[in-house]
Amino acid sequence: MILKGVGLHKSYKMGQTKLDVLRGLDVSIKEGEFVAIIGASGSGKSTLLHLLGALDKADSGSIEFRGKPLSSFRSGELNGFRNKTVGFVFQFYHLLAELNILENTLLPAMAGSNSIGWASKRKTANERAITLLERMGLAERLKHKAYQLSGGERQRVAIARALINEPELLLADEPTGNLDSETGNGILEALEEFNRAGQTIVMVTHDDRIADRADRVIRLVDGKIEKS
Amino acid sequence: MYKLMLAMRYFLTRRISVLAIAAIALCVFIVVVVMSVMIGLVNDFKGKNHNYSGDCVIHSESMVGFAYYEDFVSDLERQDFISGVSPVIDGFGLLRRPGTEDNVGIQIRGVDPGRHSAATGFGDTLYYHKDKPEDAFVSSIDPNLPGGVLGISILYQSDSSGEYLRHYGSPVKDFEITCFPLNAMGGLAKGGADITNSKIFAYSDDTHSGLVKVDGGMIYLPFAETQTMFEMGGQVKRINSLHIKFTKGVSVDDGTAKVAAMWEKHVERNKDKAYANLFDNVSVEDWFRYRREIIAGMQKEQTMLMILFSMLGVITVFVIFVVFYMIIGHKTRDIGIMKSIGVSSWSVVSIFLMFAGMVGIVGSAIGAAAGCAVLYNMNEIEAWVFETFHWQPWNRAIYAIGEIPHDIEPVVIAVIVLCAIGASLFGAFVPAVQAGFKRPVEVLQVNQV
Repeated sequence: MILKGVGLHKSYKMGQTKLDVLRGLDVSIKEGEFVAIIGASGSGKSTLLHLLGALDKADSGSIEFRGKPLSSFRSGELNGFRNKTVGFVFQFYHLLAELNILENTLLPAMAGSNSIGWASKRKTANERAITLLERMGLAERLKHKAYQLSGGERQRVAIARALINEPELLLADEPTGNLDSETGNGILEALEEFNRAGQTIVMVTHDDRIADRADRVIRLVDGKIEKS
Repeated sequence: MYKLMLAMRYFLTRRISVLAIAAIALCVFIVVVVMSVMIGLVNDFKGKNHNYSGDCVIHSESMVGFAYYEDFVSDLERQDFISGVSPVIDGFGLLRRPGTEDNVGIQIRGVDPGRHSAATGFGDTLYYHKDKPEDAFVSSIDPNLPGGVLGISILYQSDSSGEYLRHYGSPVKDFEITCFPLNAMGGLAKGGADITNSKIFAYSDDTHSGLVKVDGGMIYLPFAETQTMFEMGGQVKRINSLHIKFTKGVSVDDGTAKVAAMWEKHVERNKDKAYANLFDNVSVEDWFRYRREIIAGMQKEQTMLMILFSMLGVITVFVIFVVFYMIIGHKTRDIGIMKSIGVSSWSVVSIFLMFAGMVGIVGSAIGAAAGCAVLYNMNEIEAWVFETFHWQPWNRAIYAIGEIPHDIEPVVIAVIVLCAIGASLFGAFVPAVQAGFKRPVEVLQVNQV
């Protein structure tokens, strides 16, 4: 078990109203799995993904990574967790406009090292970034900026960026949500390929057809996992 | 590495940062030019006062003066740390040109010109006898009359460039000085209807010290004649002040302290003599304290300017704050991405502070360069403005300055530049910290909507 969440509660305040998004949810992810989290809009699937990736904190409950609770991680350890252990892919790609696609891909590798560390691992990181982008079919576009790429190409760069540090866990929040079906299909094929190579993937989607391509589907209804 | 790269990219691509650079450049430019000119004017003014006074002055607050100075002068002249001593008679009187009834109030200073030039910068202010100040009172107009050196503004008017109009020679050939002598008790030395002393002097030279009150209202007369006119001669001779110059390498503070110690002993030795009470009004002061009332006005202006510039600095910091608030407001998505890949909050802060530092460095460099360029060509610019618009910022007929001071002091420039960079960092600090400590999910959810 790579990731385990027990009794997860999360709510948001909307003015005077309190909105319960997750209501005592239990979830577990095995190493090498391709898990799809599906649910209607507002069911809490993105919230769950953010908790699993330590981008947010649950109001109650616990999340353990390889048996160690994320709540026990200090600030620096959490940053390291997000940098080296988890790779995030967002619906809207979220590439930095001022950097070219090679630099965008390298960013997590640079962020995870100090100046001296980066000097020693720069060559290796560069080679890995180029390899990843070649696998994404973007070998000819290394110096291009994000605005010069199509939606599908930007999402491929986002996937390459998420994988640069060889994370144990890839979290994808609606990776095809902003793409046409053909382009989205291409992205899914890329994810499947990485999963076949051993990458653990948790993907959020609202589309059953996309969810069916995963090994396991977790269906969220009103902040809880629907028993199948 | 990535922090510097991102900061540089933001700096080069965000057009709004040009506003921040312009604000800093303008602020630095104004401060550099005004501070340099003001410092130059103040230093120029202080220099003129220093030249006028010498390094140290022993002076009486009373117009009666003090006695028993001769032995003390000899003592001073024997000291290695002293290079010049000048006893001086100071008083007030009236100046009248023969054949007229116009009496003009005048300040009278009786000096030995050679000794006074050794103790002060008197010799350098003369027009005809600059190279031989000991002959300052030798008049070419009438060698039979004792000479007098008048303040230049008493004789001539100046044009807009500050040049005195000497075309037709001195308008004054000879003149009568009338004074009201006082006795050692402070009363009128003469009684009845004849309470004044008068004497005719011939114009021998003029003095241009750069000090308005000296150039416009002072006359230098021979020491002996002045002492006699003010009835400060006789058995117990009196003077009003001693002006002292220290040897090169002796600091004003050290020299003044030594002179003060010598004076205390002198007073002690003579305390039982008649008129020893006159010592009570005597002070030993360095030139700066001696002229503090004159200098204070300019220093107050400088202080006011510093206060105004501080307000300018506050406004600049506010402009930077607003600009960076706007820049960072547009960068929330980037911040969310950075935090999602594990960049720490303080690293995010440091990226924006580096960005602010670059804005500060470039802005202050531009402002300092422009300021130095204007300073270097300040007088040419003033001349062009006068020729084109017939307006002179510092009318030389009113302001007793020659050229506008335009010395570029590297230390002053460096301090201004460092303050500007500091202001840029300070202005960006709050928005940067707010950005750095945002929760990643907060910014990413906002941007995904």
